[in-house]
Amino acid sequence: MTIIVVVAIILLVITGSQLLKIAELRAKSKGELIYEVTEKEGKNLGLMLFAGFFVFMGFFAWQMWKWYGLRLPVSASVHGESIDFLSDLTYFIITPVFILTHAILLWFCYKYAYSSKRKAVFFSHSNKLELIWTTVPSIALTVLILIGLNTWNNTMAPVPEETEHVLLEVTSQQFTWTARYAGEDKKLGRSHVTLIEGVNATGIDKEDENSNDDKLVKGEFHLPVGVPVQFVFRSLDVIHSAYMPHFRAQMNCVPGLKTQFNFVPKITTKEMKKITDNEDFEYILLCNKICGAAHYNMQMNIIVESQEDYDKWLAEQKTFGE
Amino acid sequence: MSAHHHKEDFLFKYVFSTDHKMISKQFLVTGFLMGFLGLVMSTLFRLQLGWPGESFEVIDMFMGSWAEDGVMSPDKYLALVTMHGTIMVFFLLTAGLSGTFSNLLIPLQIGARDMASGFLNMLSYWFFFLSSVIMLISLFVEGGAASAGWTIYPPLSALPQAIPGSGAGMTLWLVAMAIFIVSSLLGSLNYIVTIFNLRTVGMTMTRMPLTIWAFLFTAIIGVLSFPVLLSCALLLIFDRSFGTSFYLSDIYIGGQVLEHSGGSPILFEHLFWFLGHPEVYIVLLPALGITSEIISTMTRKPIFGYRAMIGSMMAIGFLSFIVWGHHMFLTGMNPFLGSVFTFTTLLIAIPSAVKVFNYLTTLWKGNIRFTPATLFSIGLVSTFITGGVTGLVLGDSALDINVHDTYFVVGHFHIVMGLSAIFGMFAGVYHWFPKLFGRMMNNKLGNVHFWLTIICAYGVFFPMHFLGFAGVPRRYYTNSEFPMFDNMIDINEFISMFAILAFFAQLIFFFNFVYSAFRGPRAPQNPWKGNTLEWTAPVEHFHGNWYGEIPHVYRWPYDYSKVDANGDYVSGEDYIPQTVPLGDNEKDGGH
Repeated sequence: MTIIVVVAIILLVITGSQLLKIAELRAKSKGELIYEVTEKEGKNLGLMLFAGFFVFMGFFAWQMWKWYGLRLPVSASVHGESIDFLSDLTYFIITPVFILTHAILLWFCYKYAYSSKRKAVFFSHSNKLELIWTTVPSIALTVLILIGLNTWNNTMAPVPEETEHVLLEVTSQQFTWTARYAGEDKKLGRSHVTLIEGVNATGIDKEDENSNDDKLVKGEFHLPVGVPVQFVFRSLDVIHSAYMPHFRAQMNCVPGLKTQFNFVPKITTKEMKKITDNEDFEYILLCNKICGAAHYNMQMNIIVESQEDYDKWLAEQKTFGE
Repeated sequence: MSAHHHKEDFLFKYVFSTDHKMISKQFLVTGFLMGFLGLVMSTLFRLQLGWPGESFEVIDMFMGSWAEDGVMSPDKYLALVTMHGTIMVFFLLTAGLSGTFSNLLIPLQIGARDMASGFLNMLSYWFFFLSSVIMLISLFVEGGAASAGWTIYPPLSALPQAIPGSGAGMTLWLVAMAIFIVSSLLGSLNYIVTIFNLRTVGMTMTRMPLTIWAFLFTAIIGVLSFPVLLSCALLLIFDRSFGTSFYLSDIYIGGQVLEHSGGSPILFEHLFWFLGHPEVYIVLLPALGITSEIISTMTRKPIFGYRAMIGSMMAIGFLSFIVWGHHMFLTGMNPFLGSVFTFTTLLIAIPSAVKVFNYLTTLWKGNIRFTPATLFSIGLVSTFITGGVTGLVLGDSALDINVHDTYFVVGHFHIVMGLSAIFGMFAGVYHWFPKLFGRMMNNKLGNVHFWLTIICAYGVFFPMHFLGFAGVPRRYYTNSEFPMFDNMIDINEFISMFAILAFFAQLIFFFNFVYSAFRGPRAPQNPWKGNTLEWTAPVEHFHGNWYGEIPHVYRWPYDYSKVDANGDYVSGEDYIPQTVPLGDNEKDGGH
């Protein structure tokens, strides 16, 4: 097998070389220089580039038709709606830019392909034009920056202490997630890697009185719909990233550091199953920062449900003290 | 400065040469060999991504015990991804691109006989060579090559317990990169000194071709940012080997608590991206310089907005130093800092837009000759636009939350940085091949190479945006563990098929390259009718570049199709080399 492949490659290279040699000799006999692009060839290439514009845009449209439907469903969190709005606005600006500049670029390639009858125009600068294409992008960017910063600041502002909320700590380690609810006292007990021991796999401080009513869960965690969730992230070993795509939420989990994110879930899992027309739909938390060999399979399900269902489920979970 | 005279035996002519032209070729060939390996690696892991878990004989052949029964293991998949990134970014697009064209063109286009220091230049290449060799050796050590991604974030990269590639493979990676940085610094300092001091008579700064401006900014950015990566790597070496805790703290792994305490991986990320982001422009600016030159020559028109082009490169270079935080919006960095980095990042769109519009205006009413170099330059403008616009999505911290580290990012940076830079490099090779090897490359094969490459390039990277819209993370060995990604397999297969085709398309280029270097038709001195000084040098290579005196310069390099009051070409032809004195009443610099 290998021998056949090697022989085939050698034959291919020899054939290629001979063909090139023949082409050169042919050009020479006609008194042409093989590396010079003739006017006709140039025109053809210009035409191909212009045709390329339609092929490219056709490809773009085909992908939109075929794959745009695979995108994430509507935002399942409140702040996610403003992110999606900003996202749409951005595409609304960049898509025409992308199409128009390509149209101009490839049209010029066709229109101005080499002709011996024409002279190129010596046009080296124009302050007016340059001013225009400095100002116009600047204005568009100002809009995007202002809305972007506003959205960012609203998203990243932590949930105020006095607001009724769920406090949830998510701890990552190769290659699992553990979630910890703050319990009735609404305070998370202290934790540190040096306290890891036996079943206390995330190192929660037994001495801390806030720890006893904390509730640890694995595999899946539940959230009540319409209530803000304040997440605190920890990592025990390497950097992970807690990515909850349906909620437009992501934050890295960094060893030695507590990071945070918050959102208000607004669509229950049940409702989302209907919206997506998929009985098996589940919200998911997945790792989105390279963290080791099984990085591709580090996940936890998220279930958003009514306050009653949530209370019922939470009551069934054991406290850390137990 | 007079030419060096030493006995030109084989060893000194081809191996330890101090001639910038030979060093340029050494960088080119080494860069392409490394790039070819990077290409093979990407093709292999595309097989896994397109058809996860299927057995391939070719994977078995290349990876041996790393791939039982022709299926690569998850950690070796990550090793391939890591090495692909490292090789492509640093070895092909930094050393291969800058090393080749800065070395070839700086002395030739400014009218110098060689670099300021030929010896340092030679050292620069040999450090690069050594670095390449060590990087390749790291593929074969126990535990395999580095596997923490090309960004090597600790603690993953610091702890062999975390992934096997963080053992000897990572040590060699760091050593190779430290040597690489030395090579890059020696090269960059040389370029800067040469450009400032060795310009020929009449070659004022504003008469320099845009290529030289691009190489100058690239070198300055490199000198300012690579040392930071060196310190970043050194601290990591300390943490790994000598028990310090610059980046490590509070870690429990493999059933025990490590003694490291007080450090932070965020510090590493800051140091890394302080180089990492300027690195994007170290890769991109030379390509932009090359295409500026080629587009002007091939449209037979002056580049539009010469000063604006310089200004925009300067602005991009400056801004590149204050945007690194956009790689770190979600690391737990203070959200206010995130706002600042969003602002500076989006500003880069302005000089970038200026560049694109200036390219378009240069084409307008030109008389375009479509050589393969022109085609790749047009390709660069296209990829620069396509990849550039999605930068507005990623640079915006609020939008980054949901596309960060997804395939959207992979699509974005491969198009805007990877493709643009490699297209610029291909364009440069096709255009300056006659200067490099004294022979011409074959146009027809060049055309085929261009069309296949651009079709495959968009076929591979455009669909990745749609994977990103669906939330598919990058660096996943397979998406099959998540039911929500089940219907993505079509896209992945589609991408992989184009990736394989792209691989074969590059073989056409390599064949053309090798064949033409030895047997292509002999090049005339100025095949493209260019204005710049390199075309006034004789075709044959010798140390010193010009017989007799070095050329003097009287005008800027873009006097193409300049006409007098009667509408006739000033010089009788559609170009006026820089060595031609200005006529009466003729103004310089495009006025």
